[in-house]
Amino acid sequence: MKSRTIKVDYLARVEGEGKLYVKIKDNVVTDVRFSVFEPPRFFEALLRGRRFTEAPDITARICGICPVAYQMSSSQAMESLCGVTVPGPLRDLRRLIYCGEWIESHALHIYMLHAPDFLGYQDAISMAKDHPDVVNRALKLKKIGNDVMVLLGGREIHPVNPRVGGFYKVPTKESLTQLVEPLQWALEASLETVRWTSSLSFPEFERDYEFVSLRHPDEYPITEGRVASNKGIDITTDKFLDTFEEIHIAHSTSLQAKVKARDDYMAGPLARYCNNFDRLPEVAQKAARDAGLSEVCKNPFKSIIVRSVETVFACHEALRIIEGYEPPEKPFVEVPPRAGIGHGCTEAPRGLLYHRYEIDDDGIIKDARIIPPTSQNQKSMEEDLRFFVGKNLDLTDEKLTWQCEQVIRNYDPCISCSCHFLKLDIQRD
Amino acid sequence: MAEHPVTVIGIGNPYRGDDRVGLYVAEQVRNHALKGLSVVEGIGDGFALIDAWAESDLAIVIDCASSGSTPGTTFRFDAVRETIPGNLFSGLSTHSISVNEAIDLARVLNRLPKELVVYGIEGENFSTGLDLAPVVEASAHKVVESILEEIETLTN
Repeated sequence: MKSRTIKVDYLARVEGEGKLYVKIKDNVVTDVRFSVFEPPRFFEALLRGRRFTEAPDITARICGICPVAYQMSSSQAMESLCGVTVPGPLRDLRRLIYCGEWIESHALHIYMLHAPDFLGYQDAISMAKDHPDVVNRALKLKKIGNDVMVLLGGREIHPVNPRVGGFYKVPTKESLTQLVEPLQWALEASLETVRWTSSLSFPEFERDYEFVSLRHPDEYPITEGRVASNKGIDITTDKFLDTFEEIHIAHSTSLQAKVKARDDYMAGPLARYCNNFDRLPEVAQKAARDAGLSEVCKNPFKSIIVRSVETVFACHEALRIIEGYEPPEKPFVEVPPRAGIGHGCTEAPRGLLYHRYEIDDDGIIKDARIIPPTSQNQKSMEEDLRFFVGKNLDLTDEKLTWQCEQVIRNYDPCISCSCHFLKLDIQRD
Repeated sequence: MAEHPVTVIGIGNPYRGDDRVGLYVAEQVRNHALKGLSVVEGIGDGFALIDAWAESDLAIVIDCASSGSTPGTTFRFDAVRETIPGNLFSGLSTHSISVNEAIDLARVLNRLPKELVVYGIEGENFSTGLDLAPVVEASAHKVVESILEEIETLTN
């Protein structure tokens, strides 16, 4: 009897701490665990008793890389609860700051965290020795995303300007115009990024995913839409918990999500792209086609190309918004509190982010529930590992371990966000 | 000569006790309003350091250290010519980079300033609050003096 164990105790190039364990017995994968061992942070509990207007600032602290996602999902939940919609230029500005977050987050993951996997480097610094132009392009692209966030949010990490109802202060047309030239450069750099990532070599791997993302009547989804999947889900955000459930498993401090009626599902760039290819602007569709992608991509390793296509979209969308922008009369819409339950769903760079709040007549939060993309993807990551290892048993432990880590990094997991949640451990018996 | 030949960059969290010492030093240096001096107080994203010191003849970075040394201990490194010990300024996130990593990346990319000096001041207390420990504050004042001397030497 031959057994192998493949394990990684501290996964690199992911945000937060997690580990991987795969056990193989007689060439059959018998156990797969993707564990999160970061301590839980109790955000949902500490929101109770706070004012509803504080949720965007408190929940932004969950993540340094996608704080805008938390601000937008929580604001949307509070506004829908109070019966308020935020229209016109304020809605556009929210979309614009979110584009900034997509650009900086995707640039970071594509170049600094994911690309070293494909090129055989331990990290971006060693990659930079051989590919300085590529890394310089990444740094500039990321900075432009940050600059969008700084201009609208006051600072790039945990912006202070967004609020329930809109913003504390809105930019002038002139100040936004300063972003046009850098964003035009960023659009070209993103197109180059699509070409560059499509030239990498990818393991042959496809799975029949249930792709879950937002779907909007006429936009590529960022800030709003119905929750939809390629296997028949099409619901308003208030039905989220009727359709999905979270399960506590012993080996992880992060809850695992599944579709109640079925099983694991995938959220994130691949899901958004496959569910919404028809909503991408022509420039992004063409870049995808030229890179050899069809309208549906089921190879998670190719998420690096899809992220690049989404970066093209985000730059194009940001330029479109800036071009049409006229400042609103007021920087925010008044949101008077009323008792009830509200739901918010927006697309963080790494996938769907769901918030649910219950507040009382005074606007005090009675209950909060947050389901970040990484906990939604956790089960899908384990299934990818099971499937991938099963198909690649002939690889050496070293090569298999490297590629298993890559399987996890395909998701751009943000472990700190998910834990309420990487280490690889492959055991061959 | 570049427009801002000298850049002083303070790093830290202003609300976590001694962690703000880098910001405090930068603020003190700023008060001397030296010609040609650019002062940056607070960098959120480690990658932004590389842009902050671009085009400087001399950049000075001040951060709080947490190496296990006696609180108030001051470290000074010539970062163009020497490597900073890895345990001095820890990287806390894979989504951003530490001072050391930013320097390593800039070195590889040939984007270090002509001269780069890094000061570390060992902290004592990192709990929430605005106060510096007296021993850390005393060291901060000495570092301010050293920085002013370094700038004067360069500009003369």
